[in-house]
Amino acid sequence: MTFEHILFSIEDGVALLSLNRPEQLNSFNTQMHLEVREALKQVRQSKDVRVLLLTGEGRGFCAGQDLSDRNVAPGAEMPDLGVSIEQFYNPLVRTLRDLPLPVICAVNGVAAGAGANIPLACDLVLAARSANFIQAFCKIGLVPDSGGTWLLPRLVGMARAKALAMLGERLSAEQAERWGLIHQVVDDAELRDQALALARHLASQPTYGLALIKRSLNASFDNGFDQQLELERDLQRLAGRSEDYREGVSAFMNKRTPAFKGR
Amino acid sequence: MPRFIAIQAPENGVRLITLQRPEALNALCTELLAELAAELAAADADEHTRAVVITGSRKAFAAGADIREMAERDLVGILDDPRVAHWQRIAAFAKPLIAAVNGYALGGGCELVMCADIVIAGDDARFGQPEINLGIIPGAGGTQRLLRAVGKPLAMQMVLGGEAITARHALQAGLISEITQPELTVERALQVARGIAAKAPLAVRLAKEAVLKAGDLDLASGLRFERHAFTLLAGTADRAEGIRAFQEKRPAHFKGC
Repeated sequence: MTFEHILFSIEDGVALLSLNRPEQLNSFNTQMHLEVREALKQVRQSKDVRVLLLTGEGRGFCAGQDLSDRNVAPGAEMPDLGVSIEQFYNPLVRTLRDLPLPVICAVNGVAAGAGANIPLACDLVLAARSANFIQAFCKIGLVPDSGGTWLLPRLVGMARAKALAMLGERLSAEQAERWGLIHQVVDDAELRDQALALARHLASQPTYGLALIKRSLNASFDNGFDQQLELERDLQRLAGRSEDYREGVSAFMNKRTPAFKGR
Repeated sequence: MPRFIAIQAPENGVRLITLQRPEALNALCTELLAELAAELAAADADEHTRAVVITGSRKAFAAGADIREMAERDLVGILDDPRVAHWQRIAAFAKPLIAAVNGYALGGGCELVMCADIVIAGDDARFGQPEINLGIIPGAGGTQRLLRAVGKPLAMQMVLGGEAITARHALQAGLISEITQPELTVERALQVARGIAAKAPLAVRLAKEAVLKAGDLDLASGLRFERHAFTLLAGTADRAEGIRAFQEKRPAHFKGC
């Protein structure tokens, strides 16, 4: 499959997926969904990928659903928006959340609608200082999707989640960082380089262990304390069998730099 | 040599059977069922085997029956279907059978899960009876054991709707006994099996039979059976050993008599 609406490459353990419909602020149409899905499939299947970096081309990150794809003519039959949620958005955010490797999102500009929630399904979110997040759904009579209603209250608390979701106001990257919605704000000109540097750093780390950390933290929202303790026990059991753990311990004992392989 | 199953012989009394038909997501073709039935019969007869764990692959426990095989069978062929006898032998296995389920357990795969006494599943396992989507119905206990396992509304939804349920849902409904990390499913099942294998074999056998009776008999008959089984064990050396070991605060050493 050749990609028209995304850029995709794999280099030194880092898969770089960039949404590439800059004229439309990288909003999703069916073709872009299919391409993203194919790229993520390659990420999942490739043994070389240890980190995924998701970003956008041009001045926006992602403006969510391309509404011209969903134009409702007056008198036309009521659309079933659940279909594209089930076909595309839910599998996309599930995949990002479940991928057994760290997923970095570099929000390079406006992130609106589903585009504001997709980063929240990633593990480490950097945003350009000029970027902002808009839960635009309420402006057209819709509900935040792509996991927004689940993730927002957990990340910023119910009061702020409801204000964001019901007012649909622009949340600046700096405010998002202060609220704990994202990891870090970076100067616009440095975003791409810093995100890549972070990705390359993580790609040299024990990424199998990082994936287990991701799994345990993701599960903590659903689990009670005792259940989570049991999960920690099981994941530690798995981590303890990894080559990287042996390497890490051996390097520590011999006072040398470890060479991790991600397994 | 069986073609579609792999057997790891008793370690501490536990036998592990792995379904191995990766090209078909472990679809239960007749030959596989025959091998499984024969292997369980052998495990039943082997006095060193105290419990059996059955598992599939990381991706699929068993994703159903072999559809091509099924398509070839007409009315007469189905009347003479050898699979019925294989299923009966599998369900009649008298020792504890523990299923370690990862991935898909659909159709015959789900029915095989329900033949097990204990089910440990990976948290991304899926259970379902999709037969209705092909214009047929479950034919190896799916409509009967499912109702007993999960109750009528969910059994009907699964059998009539044909959609699979998640491991969490299955646990909540009582179809399975425990969820674990997928990488640890077999290990956990073996651990449970080893625990059972260390108990008094006669007590284990009668306990399994008694619990299964609860699904078949009315309460009064079930209680009568339980009482008989309880009484039978009174004459065994293992009962005396078990009680003595408890009183002396030491582990029991059972001999199976």
